[in-house]
Amino acid sequence: MTLEATIDVTAIRKEFPILNQEINGHPLVYFDNAASSQKPNSVIQSLVDYYSNDHANIHRGLHSLAERATSKYEEVRRKTQEFINAPEQEEIIFTRGTTESINLVARGYGAKFLKPGDEIILSEMEHHSNIVPWQMIAKETGAVVKVIPISNEGELLLEKYNELLSDKTRIVAINYISNSLGTINPVKEIIQKAHASGAIALIDAAQAAPHLKLDVQDLDADFLALSSHKMYGPTGVGVLFGKRKLLESMNPYQGGGEMIREVHFSGTSYNDIPYKFEAGTPNIADVVAFGEAVTFINAIGHDAIQHHENQLLDEAMSGLNQISGFEAVGIAKSKASVLSFNIEGIHSYDLGMWLDARGIAVRTGHHCTQPLMERMGIEGTIRASFAVYNTHEEIAYFIDSVSQIINKFRK
Amino acid sequence: MSIDEKQDELIEQFQLLDGDMEMTLHYLMELGGELPAMDEADKTEENIVKGCQSKVWLNASLDEGKIIFKGDSNTDITKGLVSMLIKVLNHQRPEDVLNAEIYFPEKIGMNRFIGTQRSNGFASMIKQINYYALALSTERSDA
Repeated sequence: MTLEATIDVTAIRKEFPILNQEINGHPLVYFDNAASSQKPNSVIQSLVDYYSNDHANIHRGLHSLAERATSKYEEVRRKTQEFINAPEQEEIIFTRGTTESINLVARGYGAKFLKPGDEIILSEMEHHSNIVPWQMIAKETGAVVKVIPISNEGELLLEKYNELLSDKTRIVAINYISNSLGTINPVKEIIQKAHASGAIALIDAAQAAPHLKLDVQDLDADFLALSSHKMYGPTGVGVLFGKRKLLESMNPYQGGGEMIREVHFSGTSYNDIPYKFEAGTPNIADVVAFGEAVTFINAIGHDAIQHHENQLLDEAMSGLNQISGFEAVGIAKSKASVLSFNIEGIHSYDLGMWLDARGIAVRTGHHCTQPLMERMGIEGTIRASFAVYNTHEEIAYFIDSVSQIINKFRK
Repeated sequence: MSIDEKQDELIEQFQLLDGDMEMTLHYLMELGGELPAMDEADKTEENIVKGCQSKVWLNASLDEGKIIFKGDSNTDITKGLVSMLIKVLNHQRPEDVLNAEIYFPEKIGMNRFIGTQRSNGFASMIKQINYYALALSTERSDA
């Protein structure tokens, strides 16, 4: 353990006003971070400050306020570029979230370049948002979706991936970390193999962004998508990174203001990237506040965050393992702080309700990964997902609560 | 007991719980335990109530002019919800079921403890019960 890897959770928690409340008479224990994380004061304050002092529509105004708002917005583009180590800031496009980022690629790239018989490779552990856009575009273009199967432990079967790759493969779209299982996928290797087959690769990094240092150059990712709200930032903001050449070759996603160079009824020419993909007035305030979320993560550092979260995961896993009937869903060797499980004889929904009665917020159900649940032969799971502000005491309370609750069912 | 008397009885029981979530869940599970067993053969696709997050089966038959509801769920808490509805509406005439105003969910603050999505599921159960009542009242007048 390095010195940098220790964090002051008490101090961090003070930055999150929402955590300081009771739910059903118990202190809130927020373990639904994989769905959406809470926001620190710096992010909340940034929204207030922006609207109190800096707001105007960006890019087109000549006046000082427009200039100030524009520079704040564009500053976050630079920050995001650094955050994921993108070569150029023009390769950062702001969207509404990971879902929109993926749809943008499916539409802008897929619709233009996919031909009948071309293949798109996904995996069994994708979120619906990295399945449905591809199914839609496949239907339109005559392309075919192929699926990498997974092991019972929840790891991609890479030898099957190798078999699926061919000269028909055009796009490989894979998540970096599974939202349901926590599996960290070997995306660098996956991307290399896609490239070797002449395909491009999109990485859904929605779950990875709050946990792992992202480096699109090291990964050699062609596209990478993430969401602000899963990394302590506001909802309604996402990022799409794309390599310049690819972005330039693509069709615009939506038409409107900002994305044009010149508009005539005889024909319209489009703006350069990134503006070509940011039609209309963007979500300026939330982008500005997202910049504060990036600062928040950078200040603590991914190493320290990961170290803390891994400790929490290990504690939760070994504690729950003592409970009879406990079954972890997803036990990959490389895992982020997502713990999906079931308890024999108790429906996930019932356990989720009981945990809520004790102030513990977890998620129950299929977690927008129905094909994965089908593969695992289960209806759903209880998912506890940990963030930087969660504590060892919360984990102990959680384990204790689960074991007390299941006694109510086994009397 | 009339439908309204049964509803009032249920409301009284919930008042005793004083909004305590754990006690409420206990009570719901107890109610679920009191639900008469449903034949496995009746747990068909047809009898599944659409719009519920968890699986809920409901069916109904007529016995000497009164409706007998049977129901079940794959989750214990939802089973408690099914049980409440059946307790209130069982052994009543189809017309009375159709004309009944189901006010107990609001009075017991059900939205607060089962959430909006599950409340929608509960509304689907009530809808389903009304379909059965309507079908059975027609059957009876045909006879």
